Amino acid sequence: MIAELGHLLAFLALASAASQSLLGFTTGGVALRRLSIATGVLTFAAFLCLIYAFVTLDFSVWAVAHYASSLQPIIYRVAAAWGNHEGSMLLWCLIMSGYGAAAAIFMRADVLRDRALGVQGLLTTASLVYLLFASSPFARLFPAPLDGGGLNPLLQDPTVALHPPMLYLGYVGMSFVFSIAAAGLINGKIDREWAKRTRPWVLVAWSALTIGIALGAIWAYYELGWGGWWFWDPVENASFMPWLVGAALIHSLIVTEKRGGMAAWTVFLAVLAFCLSMLGTFLVRSGVMTSVHAFAVDPKRGLILLAGLTIAGASALALYAWRAPKLMAGPEFDPVSREGALVLNNLFLSVGAALVLIGTVTPMFAQALNISISIGEPYFQLTFAPMMAVLLLFLPLAQQATWRRAEISPLVRRLWPAALIALVASVAAYFVVGKSIWIVPGVLVGLWVVLGVGTDFAKRVGPGGLGRVFRLPLSVWGMTLAHIGIGLFVIGATTETVARQERTFALGPGQSAHMFNWDFRFDGVSDGDGPNYYATRANISITHDGKTTIIHPEKRFYSVASTSTTEVSIRKTLEGDVYVALGDTLRDEPGVWRIRIAKHPLIDWVWGGALLIALGGFMSLASRIRRRERVTEAAAETPPAVATGDGGEPAGATA
Amino acid sequence: MRKRSQRLWLIGAAGLLGVAAIALAASGLKDTVAYFYAPSELVEKNEIKPGQSVRIGGLVEKKSIRHGADGSVLFRVTDGTNAVPVTFSGLLPDLFKEDQGVVAEGKFNADGELVAKRVLARHDETYMPKEVYEAFRKKAEMEAAAAKKAPGT
Repeated sequence: MIAELGHLLAFLALASAASQSLLGFTTGGVALRRLSIATGVLTFAAFLCLIYAFVTLDFSVWAVAHYASSLQPIIYRVAAAWGNHEGSMLLWCLIMSGYGAAAAIFMRADVLRDRALGVQGLLTTASLVYLLFASSPFARLFPAPLDGGGLNPLLQDPTVALHPPMLYLGYVGMSFVFSIAAAGLINGKIDREWAKRTRPWVLVAWSALTIGIALGAIWAYYELGWGGWWFWDPVENASFMPWLVGAALIHSLIVTEKRGGMAAWTVFLAVLAFCLSMLGTFLVRSGVMTSVHAFAVDPKRGLILLAGLTIAGASALALYAWRAPKLMAGPEFDPVSREGALVLNNLFLSVGAALVLIGTVTPMFAQALNISISIGEPYFQLTFAPMMAVLLLFLPLAQQATWRRAEISPLVRRLWPAALIALVASVAAYFVVGKSIWIVPGVLVGLWVVLGVGTDFAKRVGPGGLGRVFRLPLSVWGMTLAHIGIGLFVIGATTETVARQERTFALGPGQSAHMFNWDFRFDGVSDGDGPNYYATRANISITHDGKTTIIHPEKRFYSVASTSTTEVSIRKTLEGDVYVALGDTLRDEPGVWRIRIAKHPLIDWVWGGALLIALGGFMSLASRIRRRERVTEAAAETPPAVATGDGGEPAGATA
Repeated sequence: MRKRSQRLWLIGAAGLLGVAAIALAASGLKDTVAYFYAPSELVEKNEIKPGQSVRIGGLVEKKSIRHGADGSVLFRVTDGTNAVPVTFSGLLPDLFKEDQGVVAEGKFNADGELVAKRVLARHDETYMPKEVYEAFRKKAEMEAAAAKKAPGT
């Protein structure tokens, strides 16, 4: 019953989305606003129906029968709703229509909003058509089985349960960025006002994408049991490319908003970000690529996605080609200026994205020529990493450059201490950590960014002291946090990659392993069980500095799926994680188990860096909202003409 | 700064970076690409050379899994006709089993064993790595080619 209701609601949402796109291109107005909200609400209701079917285990629904089971805890039944292709497509539709509804609520009613809602309506319509006619999550199964297949045990984990919603919030969010870009092109007006109204949407989507990618990496780190967190796998690259282009877009929007320049390029990036999101979805869903984590693949649907991608991309580019020549070029600027720096940022980020794209799709094209190749980490370390290193070298300089024309000498005078410290520290890091010369550029670049950005922040605070710190505009905070986040991430990622230590031991009960001044004594295994699995728990006492603790890495066996998973034990220390995973038992020597012990130095800097980047994005967004309120308040008191001034500029931004 | 010269340096910078990127990508691809082989290709064409980095796919041969004293594991990857020995010193993926699809990446040592840096197994019950399928397809192709040649000679 509920499944039919959900199906019906999805059809109503489709009707609503179709009318939304019609009204968006014609009259607009209050009716459009209501319809856009209705599309979001109806899709949400349909989504709740699916969740209900999963929670109550209605096995007559095909998706439930395949991805839920009676022993599965409630939260993983909910997560199972989007842990499969059909359900995740409904989540896709929900987020797409949700952005439309949010825009209808938060954007000022005018022709830009109307057209944007129209385009968003079109995209939502197409997605719902695909959902309802090619992959309905509400399809029934007859006869209904007594119990279901259950969610893939690897996915029964809190971080990965949240991973798809965050990721989709990010890359489906790019759909609205696309819509507002298309709307601007249709209106033939890509100006400062357009940039100002686009930026919040990019910030939301991009920050959410950052968190989504980080959650995926954290999950891979502790759930796959090998301690890797980024594999340059096609599925990962698929989300990383829109992230890179999104980062470029955030920066080019600044130029468009503050100076009115780079309009054509900015709008091109907005279109590109969404095209890459769709390309990513196609790569992930179609199974054309071999991936470490390919879940829910279906080649036939891949073709439909490819067709959708081609149509949306081609029509947007056609629109772009038609309108772009008429877009204004903006005022002139010197190569050495804030504009110049942001152009450089965009060039590097786009080239970075292109290098990732080449590395991702080359195997696919080679396959067509019947050559099977794989491109992995070495390629990306050789190409992508140096590009980004050069980009980051410019970052502290760029942040302090002034608009139009910048003087180099004050920058040098201000930043040389940061450069010197970074240089000394990176050489010192080589002697302390050793291992590989590659730690030097990593620490150098990372620390230079952190210290350089810190110097800039201190200058903005000025002699006012602590009191002024909290009166700095949120946008300055956002920029500072995000950039420091990048620096910490680079230091963490390089150190972790270079100085990671790992070894596998075969240990019998009572035997000890010794590694990096830690003692690990294996005291055999015991049995345990969870709601839907049996566990083999190892008892390992670890001794370091005279202190002993006992940890229990586990091997879990999920009988429904007849698969097992590894639950590692992680001990956090200041230097990084001590990571212990239980492997398999040796067949010829029962009681002897393979145990992998590893140390992942500074891994928390990687997570912390990513978190700061996202936080920075959200803070910049908050500054928009606060400024909007301030403008509204001011508008209530003073004539509107005064209220449109750029009140809360970053101090260095207006020079 | 004139508009024209502004455009000039913009195009110049973009062009320079573009060329650098293409050079980087090309040299990167040349040096780091790992070719994928089916075990039969490696064995019959004598492609096993020490130091060569490859990716192989197939099934874990039955009863071939051995444990080394240092905690490493040895097994053979087969496509039904030929098999290639693999050693791996990390923890095997959870779904690694005899007679199951597996993909191994690494370099050959002097003894002709593939020292794997990474071993991938299926991630879920219904999914088979494309390479495993590919390995069997390649093997079938080779056999078909051999069968064609045989009657003529």
